Amino acid sequence: MQLFLFWCAALLMLVFGVAVILNRNPVASALSLVVSFLGLATLFMMLDAYFIGIIQVLVYAGAVMVLFLFIIMLLDLRAENLRKINWPATAGGAVVAFVFLIQVLSVIGRLTDAKKTFPPLARSTIDDVRNVGVTLFTNFNFPFQVIGVLVLVATIGVVVLSKRELANK
Amino acid sequence: MNSATNSALPWFILLAPLASAAIITLFTRRWKNLSGSISVAAVGVTFVCSCLIFGKIDISAAPLNWLDVAGIFKAPIGLTIDPLSKMMLLIVSGVGSLIHIYSLGYMRDDDGKARYFAALSLFMFAMFGIVLANNFVMLFIFWELVGFTSYVLIGHWFTRDAAAEAAKKAFLTNRIGDFGFMLGILMIWTATGSIIFDDILPKMSILTSNAAFLTVAALLIFCGAAGKSAQFPLHVWLPDAMEGPTPVSALIHAATMVAAGVYMLARVAFIIQASPAALNVIAWIGAITALMAALIATQQDDIKRILAYSTLSQLGYMFTAIGLTSNEAALFHLFTHAFFKALLFLGAGSVIIMLHHEQNIWKMGGLTKRLPITFFTFAVGACALIGLPPFSGFFSKDAILALAFEHNMSIFAMALFTAVLTAFYVTRLVVVAFFGKPRGESARTAEEAPRVMTAPLIMLAILSFIAGFGFFAQNFLLVPHEKETVLLVPMLALVALALGALTAFYLYRNREFDPIDVDLLRQKFYVDEFYGWLIRATQERLARVAAFIDHWIINGGFVGGVSASARGLGSLLRYVQIGNLQAYAFLFGLGIVAIIYYAVLR
Amino acid sequence: MITLGNYLTVSAMLFTIGFAGVMLRRNIVIILMSLELMLNAANLSLVAFSRFHVDLRTSLPNYNAQVFVFFIITVAAAEVAVGLALIVALYRARRTTHVEDLTTLKF
Repeated sequence: MQLFLFWCAALLMLVFGVAVILNRNPVASALSLVVSFLGLATLFMMLDAYFIGIIQVLVYAGAVMVLFLFIIMLLDLRAENLRKINWPATAGGAVVAFVFLIQVLSVIGRLTDAKKTFPPLARSTIDDVRNVGVTLFTNFNFPFQVIGVLVLVATIGVVVLSKRELANK
Repeated sequence: MNSATNSALPWFILLAPLASAAIITLFTRRWKNLSGSISVAAVGVTFVCSCLIFGKIDISAAPLNWLDVAGIFKAPIGLTIDPLSKMMLLIVSGVGSLIHIYSLGYMRDDDGKARYFAALSLFMFAMFGIVLANNFVMLFIFWELVGFTSYVLIGHWFTRDAAAEAAKKAFLTNRIGDFGFMLGILMIWTATGSIIFDDILPKMSILTSNAAFLTVAALLIFCGAAGKSAQFPLHVWLPDAMEGPTPVSALIHAATMVAAGVYMLARVAFIIQASPAALNVIAWIGAITALMAALIATQQDDIKRILAYSTLSQLGYMFTAIGLTSNEAALFHLFTHAFFKALLFLGAGSVIIMLHHEQNIWKMGGLTKRLPITFFTFAVGACALIGLPPFSGFFSKDAILALAFEHNMSIFAMALFTAVLTAFYVTRLVVVAFFGKPRGESARTAEEAPRVMTAPLIMLAILSFIAGFGFFAQNFLLVPHEKETVLLVPMLALVALALGALTAFYLYRNREFDPIDVDLLRQKFYVDEFYGWLIRATQERLARVAAFIDHWIINGGFVGGVSASARGLGSLLRYVQIGNLQAYAFLFGLGIVAIIYYAVLR
Repeated sequence: MITLGNYLTVSAMLFTIGFAGVMLRRNIVIILMSLELMLNAANLSLVAFSRFHVDLRTSLPNYNAQVFVFFIITVAAAEVAVGLALIVALYRARRTTHVEDLTTLKF
């Protein structure tokens, strides 16, 4: 049963992942990305990482995706005109990606742990937001602060990038 | 030497002027008169200390370890106290203190008075350093310091182009000599492994075993002395150095610094005298300088320049004596010359300042009544210079002439002729500058100098008179013994004196302008012009070669080659930059694949 | 049963999809999305390892990895914001989001 659900979620994620890069229309791509991330969130939940699954939905499906859609709308990006596809380049890229996948899979195949199942947990981690929080504020307090500064810098950067154009007007 | 008692007195001598220079420079530059007083006090201290040291028979100072490269090189700051340095200390501090006092009057209204006295104190420090040094390195350091202070003092009125140029010239000319000096020191050090005089002495056999090496080393050391003492062919800076204040000319460029070369050669005489060839060169250069300078002096119009050339000439005598292996005669002349030449310069300075900076003797005249003390003392100095018995110059010059008579007839002839010329130009100077009618407005209204200036003049006049007497001089140094067989020499010297003096007196009495005009002498044998031409010729060629190398080999080959190859490589690599993001990502992916292959799967 | 290998395989596939998207797509917005896919593929393996390496003492997942994922999500959000701002600025200047038109670096 679990295995079936796992493959459902995984296939959902992968199929819509492929849809992201194959869709010609950016809006369709963005919406595919949302679905792909929903599948990913399911996988997180199946790994007993409820908090991560929740913020995956909140941040990606909620914030980031809105941002993408907003920009696509703002720039009024239509479906791309059919340009001449550079077939050698496309084929080369596909080959490189494929070789890369084979390589990674072979690395995973060599990994002895890869054949083991997950050990059982003592109890449900449905309340793991507390555990993540404790870890975050004890072991990773300083990086957490740094991340805060980074977000601040990013915010300022975004403002500056957008505002310079306004000043020119 | 070990029995000698250590004393702090020599250190006082060295440090008092340094302290004075430091205090003036750091604190009291604004208060001109205070600065002057500090400087005079410092030199007074050194004079007292010098006298005290002179009175003690065995005295030494604890050396200070300065550089000590284990076993290879040792350069202490050690002080030598022996009869030679005692005598020199007394001359430097004695003449120095009189000139310091005189300077108070001479530089009374000068804006740079504080700077002047600071430099003067620094000079005293450096000069005592030379006198007391017990090794080559210390000697060389103070030697350079003396050169520097000389540069500063010549260029004291640096706003005047001539002064600035003269300072530069003195400095550069000294550099040439000092470069040779340094090479000489290095040669001695390479051979003996020591630079301390007392340590070199036992190792002289190493040096004497290689005659050519020794000769070159001795000549290089002499090169330093020639630079500082302005011997031919490095003499050109001294006459120009007269652009400095007159007390400076008296102290540095007549009595002490220029005598440092003689002193240094006497200090290292044990090296010089081991090489007959070097001695010969020194003697001849001394004689040539003496003759040449005396010839030039007969045709100069500037009172200070005449004295400068006479200094050159007298220094030439001293070098002749050194070259003829008689340090006693050289130092005896140095001793008397320090007094009478300082006296002459100070007298000239007194005339100059009272005539409102008039230096041309043809604009003077009739000063005997206007400046009686100055005239009287100047006359004493002049008599000493031309060697009129019983003034001091007679004894010392006679000693050198006797020496030359014994050793080398041709040098003796040159020295004798120089004596004639000396008498000639000194008489010319005195007759033109002091006798006759006043030929300039300032000469008509001149007044006697203030007491602070005349007192040192009188002191020096007395010293100039008595310094040559055996009973007086013997207290200070070894007076050379005249042999009975050469009684002929003083007679010849007197004849030469009379010849020169009477000719000049006859020629120049009551003249308005110079009856003789020899352009060759007036232009100082065109040495300056020759050097100018030489430098232009060689430098121009050298510059062209350097420019060629710089332009074609350095710039074109090395720099240009590097930049051209970098540019070529860059333009080649530019083709890799196809500007396509996709392609970059592709290459990036290819790289990742390659790295994974290399790192994990290989 | 589900093994660690299953998750890692899925993660590798998702990463490759994102990688291929970066290499093949020419719309810069899609490239940015592909980057997100790659980042999330990394997240997936991190969470899988977190679940796999159970703390022996408390018998709970290793939360360090999850904090890591948290950081990645934060940084990714910031990156998206900055990236999109750059795209906006770029679009204003050049009127395009097509990377083949952005060839200023080309010789």
